[in-house]
Amino acid sequence: MKVMKDLYYTKDHEWIKVEGDLAYVGIADYAQSSLGDIVYVELPEVDDEFEKEEAFGAVESVKAASDVFMPVGGKVVEVNEELIDDPALLNADPYENWMIKIEIADKAELDELMTSEEYEKFLAEEE
Amino acid sequence: MRKYDKLIFELSRPGRRAYRLPELDVDDKDVKDLIPEEFLTDKELDFPEVSEVDVIRHYTNLSNKNYGVDTGFYPLGSCTMKYNPKINEDAARYDGFANLHPLQPEDCVQGALQLMYELDQALCEISGMDKMSLQPAAGAHGELTGIMVIKAYHEKNGDFKRDKIIVPDSAHGTNPATAAMAGYKIIEIKSNKHGLVDVEALKAVVGDDTAGLMLTNPNTLGIFEKEIKEIAKVVHDAGGQLYYDGANANAILGHARPGDMGFDVVHFNLHKTFSTPHGGGGPGAGPIGVKKHLAEFLPVPIVQKDGDRYYLDYNVPHSIGKVKDFFGHFGILVRAYTYILTMGRDGLKKASTMAVLNANYMANKLKEYYNLPIDTLFKHEFVLGGLKDPLSEVTTLDIAKRLLDLGYHPPTVYFPLIINQAIMVEPTETESKETLDEFIEAMIQIAKEAEENPKLLKEAPHNTIVSRPDETRAARNPVLKYEG
Amino acid sequence: MRYPYIPSTHEEEQEMLKSIGLNSLDELFSDIPEEFRLKRDLNLPKSKSELEVRSYLTQLANKNCSTSEMTCFLGAGAYDHYIPSIINHIISRSEFYTSYTPYQPEISQGTLQYIFEFQTLICRLTGMDVANASLYDGGTAVAEAALMAAAHSRKDELLISKTVRPETRQILKTYAHCQNLKVIEVEMKDGVTDLEDLESKVSDNTAAVIVQSPNFFGIIEDLKATGEIAHKGKKAVFIASVDPISLAILKKPAELGVDVVVGEAQGMGIPLSFGGPYLGFIAAKNAFLRKLPGRIVGETVDKNGKRSYVLTLTAREQHIRREKATSNICSNQGLNVLAATVYMVTMGKEGLKEVALQSTKKAHYAFEKITASGKYKPLFNKPFFKEFAVTSDIDPETITAALKEENIIGGYHLGKDYPQYEKAVLYAVTEKRTKEEIDKLSSVLEGIK
Repeated sequence: MKVMKDLYYTKDHEWIKVEGDLAYVGIADYAQSSLGDIVYVELPEVDDEFEKEEAFGAVESVKAASDVFMPVGGKVVEVNEELIDDPALLNADPYENWMIKIEIADKAELDELMTSEEYEKFLAEEE
Repeated sequence: MRKYDKLIFELSRPGRRAYRLPELDVDDKDVKDLIPEEFLTDKELDFPEVSEVDVIRHYTNLSNKNYGVDTGFYPLGSCTMKYNPKINEDAARYDGFANLHPLQPEDCVQGALQLMYELDQALCEISGMDKMSLQPAAGAHGELTGIMVIKAYHEKNGDFKRDKIIVPDSAHGTNPATAAMAGYKIIEIKSNKHGLVDVEALKAVVGDDTAGLMLTNPNTLGIFEKEIKEIAKVVHDAGGQLYYDGANANAILGHARPGDMGFDVVHFNLHKTFSTPHGGGGPGAGPIGVKKHLAEFLPVPIVQKDGDRYYLDYNVPHSIGKVKDFFGHFGILVRAYTYILTMGRDGLKKASTMAVLNANYMANKLKEYYNLPIDTLFKHEFVLGGLKDPLSEVTTLDIAKRLLDLGYHPPTVYFPLIINQAIMVEPTETESKETLDEFIEAMIQIAKEAEENPKLLKEAPHNTIVSRPDETRAARNPVLKYEG
Repeated sequence: MRYPYIPSTHEEEQEMLKSIGLNSLDELFSDIPEEFRLKRDLNLPKSKSELEVRSYLTQLANKNCSTSEMTCFLGAGAYDHYIPSIINHIISRSEFYTSYTPYQPEISQGTLQYIFEFQTLICRLTGMDVANASLYDGGTAVAEAALMAAAHSRKDELLISKTVRPETRQILKTYAHCQNLKVIEVEMKDGVTDLEDLESKVSDNTAAVIVQSPNFFGIIEDLKATGEIAHKGKKAVFIASVDPISLAILKKPAELGVDVVVGEAQGMGIPLSFGGPYLGFIAAKNAFLRKLPGRIVGETVDKNGKRSYVLTLTAREQHIRREKATSNICSNQGLNVLAATVYMVTMGKEGLKEVALQSTKKAHYAFEKITASGKYKPLFNKPFFKEFAVTSDIDPETITAALKEENIIGGYHLGKDYPQYEKAVLYAVTEKRTKEEIDKLSSVLEGIK
C-alpha cells in the first residue's frame, strides 16, 4: 500500500496536505484499493463549511460506498471537478488527485492526525 | 431458440398497430374546444408502433432470458423462493376480486373485506400477535410501518428521548435503512462467535434512549436466537420495544410464534413465507402484527367485523396515519390467503419442518467441501464461507457464476456481511431430495474444479446468453434509457 | 398426509434425518427453548383440496359487485380503463412472475430489459431525463419524492396543495413526521391551487412544492405558473404528480419546469383489484440521478462486448448504504412494471393518445349531459381531463343507492375529505364507457327525487 511522505492521515484513510492556511484533502491508497473501481465521487460546494470528522463527500464503487470525512474543520475553497467526470482518477493516483481544497479553521487540529510514519504503522496493525 | 437481441423500440414501423378501440360514440369535438390549447401538447408521443404479434413474440423471447422458480432450483438465501401455487394466481384473478374498485360502498365489497379479516385473524394466530395491518406493500415497508408504530408509542408516552434503534451486525440492510428513514440513529451490536446476539453487548448499549431492537429470528445465519427470552427482557426493562423481521418466518410456522417470544411488532413477507410470487422484484406484501398495547397506533384503516358485517375502521385513536394508497396489496393478500387455506394448520407446520430438514441435510453434505464457519443445528437456511482452501483464487462470485452454467440460480452471496465469502443457501420445503442431491453434486463438482481448473471458474459463466456484464461501466457512464 | 407442494416422501425424510444424525423431525427444533415451542396446533382450519379452496374463494368473490357486472363511474385515484388481453398472457409467463429481483444479470436479462424499456417509456411520456424501476404506488411515490427533495435541498418545509388527493397528503404527513419535516398545505381556489397562497408560503426553507395535475377534482393545474412560483424558493424542488395517460395529450411536465414527476400508473394495464397492487413511478431531471430511491437498470456490455442490462447505481440502496441509503425500499413493483410496459407498447404512439382523447371527450359529454337540466351544477368551472365534480341538493348516499339499483357504480363523495363540498360527487369517465351507459347514468340521476 502506497503511503506518501509529508502528509497527515486519518484512521478513516483520508490524507491532508497542508500549504500555509490552506490544504488539499483526498483519500489514501488503502481506501481506493479496498473500494475497488470507483464509479462516482460526490463533492461538496465551494464555501460549504464542515467540522472535523464531518462527512464532506462520498466515494462509490459498484459494490460499496464510503463517506469521506474532514481530517480537520474548515471551509471548502475549491473542489476537484475532474473527479466528477472521471472518478477512475482516484484509482489511478489517489494522492495526485485531491478531492477538495480547504481553508483550515484551526491548525491545532492537525496535531491529532497521524504522520506518514504513524499511518504506515497503523496500516500494518490493521492487516 | 434463435438469438434474440432487440428492444421493443427497434421493432417499431410507422403505421403498425397492436390495439383497436371502439369508434367514439359521443360527439367528436375538437379537443381544443374542451381543454385550452396552452395545456395541450403539439408533439407526437414517441412510443413504438408495433403489431400485437410483435409484442407477444418480443416479450415471450424476453421471458426465455429469465430464470424463475418454475425453471429450476432457486436457493436464494433469505428470499424463500418456494413454489408459487397456480391456484393462487387464479384466485387473484376472480372477477369479484380483480375487478373491484377500492372505493365502492361497503355493501358491494363484503367478500373482499371478509377475506382480509380472515387473513388478518390467521396471521395473528400464526404470529401470536393481537392485530394486523395488511397495508404495507413489502417487507421493507412493513418494517417502516412497524418502526413508526413504535415511535408513536414512545411519543404518546411523552418519551421523546428514545432516539436509537439497535440492530445486530447480521441484520438485513433494510433494518438500519428503515430505522434511519423513520428518523432514528442506529446502534449496531456485534454477534458473538456462535453467530448470535451478544447479550452482554446488548446490555451495554440499552438505556433510556433505546426505542427498540430489530431482530430476525432465526437470524440471517439461519440460527435460532436461543436467548430470546433474555434479549426481550433486556430490551423491555430498558423501556424499548422488540421488532421481529419476519423474513425468516418460514422456519417456524406452527412450531413457535414471535408473539410468545416477547416481540411487540412483527412483519411477514407474504411473497416469501406465504408463497405469493416474487414477480421479478414485486409486488409483494409486508403486513405487520402488533400486541394489544400497540394496536391503537396502527395505520388506518383496519378491517373489523361487527356481527356478520365487515368494515374498514378509520377510528384508530392514535394511528400513525396512512402509509399506503387504499388498503394494501389486495391481490397479493388473496394469493396468501389461498395458500393458508390450502396448507391449513397441518400443512404450514409441515412446510417449516421440511424447510428445516432440507437445509440441515444440505449443510451437512456441503460442509465437507466448503467452509461452514458456524456449524450448528440450522433452521431454514445456512451460510457457507467460500472454499476450504484459503489460498484459492476462486471467490464466492466465481462459484455463483459457475452455478449458472450448471443450470441453477445461485444462492445469496456476500451476505450476511459478517461471514467472509458468504454463500447463503435456503432450499425451502418445495424441493425434492433429488433436487437437493443434484445441487449438492454441482457444488462438489465446482469445489473440485476450483482445485483443478480455476480458470474455468474465473471465466464462468460460459453457457449463458450474456456473461459478467460490466457493472463498473454501467455505473460510471449510466445509460438508463434507449436513445435510438 | 402428503401435500402437493412438498415433494419428499416419508422414506426420503427418514434418509435425510439419518444422514444428519437425528432420530426424529421433532429434534430439528430442539434449539428452540422449550417454553417457546408451540405445544398445540395452530387454531386454523385443516389443509384442503384445491377444489374446496376454489369453491370457498369463489363464494367470497361472488359477494362483491365487480366492475364487469356493473358500470363504473368511480375514480378518485383508481380507474376502470380497458386492459388488452395480451397483458395477462404475458405477465402469466412464469419465467417472469416466479423470478426474483434480477441479482444475477446472466439469467435475468428478460426482467432487466423490460425495466429498461419501462424507464425509457416513462422518460418519453414525462420528458424527464431519468426514471427508476418503479415505486409501490402513486401515494408513496409522492412521499419518497418529498423525502428525496428534503435530502437534496437540506430544507425541511414541504408545501403541498389541497387539490392533491387527500390520501396522498395523509401518507406524506405520516412519512414526514418521522424525519421532523413540516408539511404545509397550500389553499385552493375554484378547484385549483391558490397561487397567491403558494407564493406567500414559498421561502428559502422550502424543500419541495407538490401539486397534482390533473388534480383530485380532475382539473388541469397551471404547472408552468406554479413552477415559476415554486422556484422562488432558493432550493425548492418542484414535484408534480400526474396521470400518465393524460400526458399523451397534455404538455409534458419537463416543458413546464417540473423537477420531479411522480404518479400512479394503475390505469395502464393493471386491474383495480380492490386498491392494489398498483404501480408508482418517479422520473426526474439528471441532477437527482444519484438520489433517486429504488432500483434502476442500466445498459452496459458483457465481457464479450454484447449489449446487456444490469441493476446499477446500487450504492444509493439499502443493501450497500444501510442507514445512509436514500430510502429503505428494496423491491419494485416488478410484474406490474411489466404490465404497464406491455400496455404502453401495445397502445403505442397512437393508442395512448386515443385512450386519452376518448376519455376526455366522453367525460365532457357526460358533464354536459348531467349538468344540462340544472339539477346538478358544476362544482367548478375549470378545464378538466377525465373526472369532474357536480353538486346538487340531493344527499350523495341517496345518489349512490339509486345508481346501484340500476347497476351503476356511482362517483366519489367529496364531502368525505372536503366538508365544504358536502353534496358534491366526483365522476370518472374512461374510454370504456359508452354513450348508452353515460345516457343511462344521466337519466337515472335526473330521476332521483
